[in-house]
Amino acid sequence: MSPITEYLALLVYLAVAVGIAVLAVGVGALLGPKKGGRFKLMPYESGNDPAGEVKRFPVHFYAVAMLFIIFDVEVAFLWPYAVSAGALGVVGFVGLVAFTLLLLVGFLYEWYKGVLKWH
Amino acid sequence: MVGLKAFLVIFGLLTAFAYMTLIERRLLARIQIRQGPNRVGPGGLLQPLADAIKSVFKEDLIVSRADKVVFVLAPMISVTFAVMSFGLIPFGPKGAFFGYDPWVINLDVGILYIFAVSELAIYGIFLAGWASNSKYSLLGSLRSSASMISYELALGISLLAPVLLVGSLNLQDIVDWQHQNGWLVLYMLPAFAIFLLTSMAEAARTPFDLPEAEQELVGGYNTEYSSIKWALFQMAEYIHLITASALIPTLFLGGWRMPGFLEQLPLLGPLFALPYLWMFVKIAFFLFFFIWVRGTLFRLRYDQLMVFSWGRLFPLALAWFLLSAWVVALKLPVVWLGWLSLLSLVAFLLYAFQTARPKPVERSYP
Repeated sequence: MSPITEYLALLVYLAVAVGIAVLAVGVGALLGPKKGGRFKLMPYESGNDPAGEVKRFPVHFYAVAMLFIIFDVEVAFLWPYAVSAGALGVVGFVGLVAFTLLLLVGFLYEWYKGVLKWH
Repeated sequence: MVGLKAFLVIFGLLTAFAYMTLIERRLLARIQIRQGPNRVGPGGLLQPLADAIKSVFKEDLIVSRADKVVFVLAPMISVTFAVMSFGLIPFGPKGAFFGYDPWVINLDVGILYIFAVSELAIYGIFLAGWASNSKYSLLGSLRSSASMISYELALGISLLAPVLLVGSLNLQDIVDWQHQNGWLVLYMLPAFAIFLLTSMAEAARTPFDLPEAEQELVGGYNTEYSSIKWALFQMAEYIHLITASALIPTLFLGGWRMPGFLEQLPLLGPLFALPYLWMFVKIAFFLFFFIWVRGTLFRLRYDQLMVFSWGRLFPLALAWFLLSAWVVALKLPVVWLGWLSLLSLVAFLLYAFQTARPKPVERSYP
């Protein structure tokens, strides 16, 4: 186990990184001309009012996100196995194969169901 | 000391990013047999400075429809989490940085941490697209984040394979293991190839750079950004690229060490045992490789992109993980993995030559 000081160092690192990012944005906001104007502040569409609100988007992205959550949980279960694979021996490996096959069935189901096909 | 080292690393990354843009433009120019930027300063060396001054003094617009707070936060999130994972990478042995350690932090869950930080970087992209409240930005950000999480999976599983052999998530341990037993790429060639491809997708590089596809969907998640905020997104992307090309050698190509037998050479031995130098050489090699790929290949269509990650890379990474878990769990000799890697290379080459053979062109001359 690494000492707790390493994690404190991580917080210092994060603080420095955030500080530099805030500094960059702050400098960018201070310098430069400020001459807004109605047409400049419009969303992109060649000066026309954009057609329609954007509140809905294809459900595919939702499906991809759900699949990612499921298989990321799988990866989270695989990490501890990967570290101690040698110590767990054959029994551990059989457990790994059983677990992977279970998720693989799910993956094959969604694959042949065509969740990842874009129309 | 940690604060100073963190500052040095971040400042170094920002400088590296600036010169990386110059080197990329010059190299792309060389690939296309032209000169590239060479007017500002000797050999174009002041071009990054000129670009930086220009982008700082540009008008910093916040689009009228935007969610003001999130719009400002998103680029900061992007760049913060881009710089956060570089500090783990070791560039030398303990005490090689003027008596201090040549890394900022040394976590025992190093690989897990890198995985987590690269997932957090996706937040910046998605929030940017959402906060812009423009349909082009929203669609661009959705596409970017969907493709990034898809490649993140294959990336995670390909990272698992070296952990199996080393038995530790600590980057220093992985480098030391490779010094004793030989580079991991020899044992883990398919995992290396998958990691290479997925890290290209994570940094949105060319075969997978849909967010940058100007000709499709306007420009992606940063359509509504200007001035320094736009520059921060570019910065985050390039820093991801630099981090990837530092991680690939650390995990698979021996890190900052060269193979042990080179250090035994009579005269050149000490040269090959130097810290920093070889790591920088390896980083430069991969950066050059990524630019070369950008200059050469065309980009995938969005549906092809998703099918490639879910249908090819993910099952392949999982299969290789199971195979190497089998070798490790049954305590078979590790050389087996070397032979399996060689076999996979041969199989891949045969497949490539089978499919890439150009069809004879039938022409009718008048």
